[in-house]
Amino acid sequence: MNNSRRWDHCLIYKIIEPGSSVLDLGCGSGELLARLVKKKQVCGQAVEADPARVAEAICNGVDVYQKDMDLGLSDFKSGAFDYVILEKTLQVLYQPMVVLEEMLRIGKSCIVTFPNFNYRGVVDKLMETGRMPVTGALPYQWYETPNIHLFTLLDFLAWVDEHEVEIIDSYAWSNNSSRPLDLPADSREAEEMLFVLQK
Amino acid sequence: MLSLKRKRGMICPIRPAQWAGPGLKGSFWPIKKTPLPLDCGEYLYPVTVEYETYGKLSSARDNAIFILHALSGDAHAAGWDAEWEKERRPWRKGRPGWWDEMIGPGKAFDTSRYFVVCANLLGSCYGTTGPWERNPGTGKPYGLNFPVVTVEDWVRLHIRLQDYLGIEKFLAVAGGSLGGQQALAWAIKDPERIRSAVIMAASARIGAQGLAFNAVGREAILSDPCFQEGQYYQGKPPQGGLELARMLGHITYLSQRSMEGKFGRRFQNGTKPGYRLNREFSVESYLQHQGRSFVQRFDANSYLYLTRAMDYYDAASSAGGDLEASCAIIKARLLLISFSSDWLYPPEDTREVARAVLANHKPVSYLEIPSDYGHDAFLLETNKISPLVTSFLGRGVKYE
Repeated sequence: MNNSRRWDHCLIYKIIEPGSSVLDLGCGSGELLARLVKKKQVCGQAVEADPARVAEAICNGVDVYQKDMDLGLSDFKSGAFDYVILEKTLQVLYQPMVVLEEMLRIGKSCIVTFPNFNYRGVVDKLMETGRMPVTGALPYQWYETPNIHLFTLLDFLAWVDEHEVEIIDSYAWSNNSSRPLDLPADSREAEEMLFVLQK
Repeated sequence: MLSLKRKRGMICPIRPAQWAGPGLKGSFWPIKKTPLPLDCGEYLYPVTVEYETYGKLSSARDNAIFILHALSGDAHAAGWDAEWEKERRPWRKGRPGWWDEMIGPGKAFDTSRYFVVCANLLGSCYGTTGPWERNPGTGKPYGLNFPVVTVEDWVRLHIRLQDYLGIEKFLAVAGGSLGGQQALAWAIKDPERIRSAVIMAASARIGAQGLAFNAVGREAILSDPCFQEGQYYQGKPPQGGLELARMLGHITYLSQRSMEGKFGRRFQNGTKPGYRLNREFSVESYLQHQGRSFVQRFDANSYLYLTRAMDYYDAASSAGGDLEASCAIIKARLLLISFSSDWLYPPEDTREVARAVLANHKPVSYLEIPSDYGHDAFLLETNKISPLVTSFLGRGVKYE
């Protein structure tokens, strides 16, 4: 879990240009954005719904606007940020694709990361045991998972295709390392993905 | 130990003999000979400001924070007032300043790092010029001849105090309720003079409900037979009216839950009804106590003027009612905090300010703190507020 969390932080840190403006949606305790503000001099704004995490993020030195993304992102103007980031959150949202479309409106580029439900580690576990898999990227029992919209890499690519969204960059986390996405193999091999999108 | 420096600074000079507040003594420092222009079109002269400072101003003069008080507050924001007896302020006996939990060494407004200033508002009754003071034109107290002052007038006067103290930019201005309105007003009125603003339990304006409560409070004072058109200073003040106003105000500072928790339906004495109309329930008794202690320390005319200033304030007015446009000028970093059970300045109204700032592509921090304390939470939830303020202030001047 910690390794895979670090992998997308590392990549995002590399991707983001110094001095750019960044909106981090669902920032948690704000570690990533704090680092970007400090080390890459970005102009950062975070959004987080949970008051305890908002407080934590303010204490970590980032500007956080408390808001439940599922209630809409109309508070942000079109093209207001160079980057909009959404890490491992798509699958917990009530309206994931509305949020993704909003991200594409607000950001010149969007960075999303999410787990692939078709990863062989997940599917094999399901097939072998007949029980909902608990893995590094999906670390919850079925009754406590916040993940309400589980989807696969190919589901996501189909959506991207239908909505004429441009993929600028794509990476996979597989076998405890990150690398550029390799299709079709990664449909089964990638545990998590990172996409840079534009519209 | 928190060191406290009290000064009663005179913004406009006049011979001290002519300045005769009831039972107040102090030193005066002539600051400027210019009368203070007010939004209502009048000029006020002379003006005296009572303020206190805590901590030490750095040699670069860049560590100063201005604390803005709310409706019934004063310059005594922290520490213990050793001169309460001399200055005939018995309500300060055994009580620290009104935001003592936030201001002091190691506290959120850390006086071992920051130089903290708090001034009494124009129109109030704790040493700064107000309706109780003698009008040099007539020799009598101003009473209702005192000009109507606004939140922006307060900012204008505080900036004169800032000049007097030789502080180019405040590191932060901070306050809750009416104090939060002032912090926002400052950020819009003179964006160059502050680096950041901490705004709690406040919004761009109070709504019709708030206006209504203030109106009833004033009506209670005005209809008191002792009010005498505001010229009651020689006789008995309109205590009954002011008491009622305070009781009503107090209801708006609490929440349904906090009142349930604190009083419920408990009887003041015993467990059975006494079949009488006077004080029976403990909530009645509490409100009456609040009202009675308030009239010992507050001036009815000041209550009229301060609530009116609160009514008039509208952050959007500088841009013809467009809040987003009026926030375009803001340069200060903002920390906005609302409280979930505050119905006088509801969280959604505080959020509106955050949204207007975001719309101008400026970073902002906005947090709704879950609390049952209602509007008063900004004075009571200091454990939750302190770490936020500490780290917000500690970040310095990043966005310049």
